[in-house]
Amino acid sequence: MIRLGVPSKGRLMEKTFDWFAARGITLRRAGSDRDYAAIVEGIEGVELVLLSAGEIPRDLASGALHLGVTGSDLVLEKVPNSGTRVMELAKMGFGGADLVIAVPQLWVDVDTLDDLDAAAAAFRARHGHRLRIATKYHRLVREFLQGAGVADYALVDSQGATEGTVKAETAEAIADITSTGETLRANGLKILSDGLIHASQATLWKSRVADWSDADRQAHAALCLQLGV
Amino acid sequence: MIPAGSPAARDEAARCLELFREAGAVPVETTILQPADVLLDLYGEDIRARAFTTTDPIRGEMMLRPDFTVPVAQAHMAAGGDPARYCYAGEVFRRQEIDETRPAEYLQVGFELFGGTDPAGAEAEIFGVLSDALGGLGLRAAIGDMGLIVAAIRGLETTEARKTALLRHVWRPRRFRALLDRFGGRGAIPAGRAALLGLSDPLDGAGPEIGKRGRDEIAARIAALREDAAAPPIPDTARELLDELVAIRAPAPDALSHLRDIAVDLPAIGPAVEAMADRLAALSDRGVDVSALDFEASYGRTALEYYDGFVFGLYAAGRPDLPPIATGGRYDALTRALAGTPAGRAGTPAVGGVIRPDLVAAIREMTR
Repeated sequence: MIRLGVPSKGRLMEKTFDWFAARGITLRRAGSDRDYAAIVEGIEGVELVLLSAGEIPRDLASGALHLGVTGSDLVLEKVPNSGTRVMELAKMGFGGADLVIAVPQLWVDVDTLDDLDAAAAAFRARHGHRLRIATKYHRLVREFLQGAGVADYALVDSQGATEGTVKAETAEAIADITSTGETLRANGLKILSDGLIHASQATLWKSRVADWSDADRQAHAALCLQLGV
Repeated sequence: MIPAGSPAARDEAARCLELFREAGAVPVETTILQPADVLLDLYGEDIRARAFTTTDPIRGEMMLRPDFTVPVAQAHMAAGGDPARYCYAGEVFRRQEIDETRPAEYLQVGFELFGGTDPAGAEAEIFGVLSDALGGLGLRAAIGDMGLIVAAIRGLETTEARKTALLRHVWRPRRFRALLDRFGGRGAIPAGRAALLGLSDPLDGAGPEIGKRGRDEIAARIAALREDAAAPPIPDTARELLDELVAIRAPAPDALSHLRDIAVDLPAIGPAVEAMADRLAALSDRGVDVSALDFEASYGRTALEYYDGFVFGLYAAGRPDLPPIATGGRYDALTRALAGTPAGRAGTPAVGGVIRPDLVAAIREMTR
């Protein structure tokens, strides 16, 4: 059986169910809201597993799942060398959000990464510590800033309410997911003009390292045909 | 491939360590768990990508030793002694986020020399001791000198602020290039910047005052941007000389005569060029065939932050897949940063190098 991992709750689950339904495959929960057992109709050889969206990248990378639906930001952040372990089958057109670098609106002198780098150098000389950027996307942010040649910053971990860290003075800037930018603006922050790290959306992934039997390959081919991917 | 901690690699490490002792170095040990704050302060986030981080409830964040240089330099600075020679052997640990075929744990055996009054002699000694230890393996040597590019930047006819910005990014060539182009009037000035500098009070109605970076700091940066906008561009001729310098790749004696030609138009690099001449003479005195050394002016610019003078690497000929078997160089900037000495002031002179015994064992097995 092919194991297909899908987020277990919220809009991401509903939108995923809708996406499959539009392609003639019914995914649904078997019982009550508390029961994570699930049913697949309209295709043979596929088993549905409901999981936390954050755990799907890890399970695809280990081969525990054959297929999975989750945000591309999570896969890129959690799976090093993701191209060797997972393959993108389809961008699903929902769950869109941008991972961006944002700084206080007050910083009228900082509009680009080049400005951020210069501000970080002066900040470090003045305050005796590096300019702190709060995020939960450590790898993506670090690789992005490294590639841009930004120095004198430090990443601090923030697993939620990241927009509030500047006001709380536990960080000077943030790198976080935003869809409309509304929460950023409400918290006195603005996005750097070249601060888009990754434009994420819900994506159907195939694991390259899962155990694919001949029957699984046939079921996969039939599934792809039906999904048109 | 020989495993990183194999008996053959351990034998190589022991053999090199013994040679280093015979060369006058005192063996030192360092702990495997290093406080993360010192390394983070020196290297920033880049070190998190390279080193394993762990936590202790009392000591806080710790890192598994990513190399010996920092703890050995700290031990020397605490103990003093001039000159002082140290040797060591042990495991270092590196996270591999990109190339999973590289080992996360391997042996290093190294030799470090602090102090002294003869920099060229110290550099020749480190290079000589390491290459002697690897004699018979047919290694190719590449050398460079970060002191040349640093001297060339200091000698530019431009503002101190621009020189400081360029020096800060010597080890990040892409950002360095962007800065140099902009200071030369070549890179496009971002649209927002011109508008900002045109405002009489840029902070008027800017937004809520949040965070630790205050209005005065923002005003100070705007003043610096105005000053920079008013400063004349770095002339094309100066930038072309810098480009010519960093592009030099030639056998060391040819590179030296090329550098002397450049020094006619760029006298600021004169002392650094003569320091290189002294070094080649000292290497020659030790019996090193300097005409076989490949000089690359940009060697060490992407990998060896804080190495600010002579740098070198020894490579297995015919094995471009292998990392360098040995690397080293001068890192006065590191001892300066560790001591908190302001830039421009002298720190403890420091030069050293490390060998990868696992790679040595692999080459011996291959050629057997």
